[in-house]
Amino acid sequence: MTLLLVLAGGAVGAPCRFLVDRLAGRLLGVTLPWGTLIVNVLGSLVLGLLAGLGGTVPGWVGTLLGTGFCGALTTYSTFSYETVRLAGDGPGGRLRALCNVAATLVAGLGAAALGWWLGGLR
Amino acid sequence: MTRKGIAPHGGPTAGTLPDRLPWDVVAAVALGGALGSAARYGVSVAWPTPSGQLPWATLVINLTGCALLGMLMAFVTARIAPHRLLRPFLGTGVLGGYTTFSTYAVETRGLLDTGRPLLAAGYVFGTLAGALIAVWLGGWLVARIGPKP
Repeated sequence: MTLLLVLAGGAVGAPCRFLVDRLAGRLLGVTLPWGTLIVNVLGSLVLGLLAGLGGTVPGWVGTLLGTGFCGALTTYSTFSYETVRLAGDGPGGRLRALCNVAATLVAGLGAAALGWWLGGLR
Repeated sequence: MTRKGIAPHGGPTAGTLPDRLPWDVVAAVALGGALGSAARYGVSVAWPTPSGQLPWATLVINLTGCALLGMLMAFVTARIAPHRLLRPFLGTGVLGGYTTFSTYAVETRGLLDTGRPLLAAGYVFGTLAGALIAVWLGGWLVARIGPKP
């Protein structure tokens, strides 16, 4: 049953990341990999919220939404690949790679902490 | 000036996107995402992290996923015409679903919560450095021994 919830969450989270990435590329351009940044920040916020809520959330919700959806919505492999790709793009690329790492870490870790704090309010 | 799209699903650059959504690609990403998530779940169950300890499971998941994506991308760029669903299925789907940023971020917050700031910092930057090296190494490996363009 748990595995089914993970499969279901993953089957929704990954295409959501794909669609956000497409949309972000169209709306914001490709100076930075905005799509990956957005999904990583949003997913970290939601998972942080679930962690902050702790035992008040039913286990199946945590599995479906946390392990399945947020786990698949966010990605470390694409973030790393895009960073390496940017870094190999000359001096301007190296600066953009550094910006991508800094923005992802600051906003992503910040979102997780914010979610955690919000979840703990109730 | 347009640059080549850099998404693992080979997303085209801004302004060149077709209006119609490729539903077969979305389905391949969904299927891959489900499988990758299940694999991640399996590893995390087999290798639970006690509170206040380094989250080895997530670290290993992310580093192996990064190495595999580096290999995959080097492989598909070296091929003349890889199947159009290969990259969305394996890259965006399986490896995107397998690796995770959210768990890493929340685990870091958890380490701070248990009063392990140095371990949290080590986890954040250790994963980052390892992931970047893994991507590069995976690509380098395939470029050396894989199919030639």
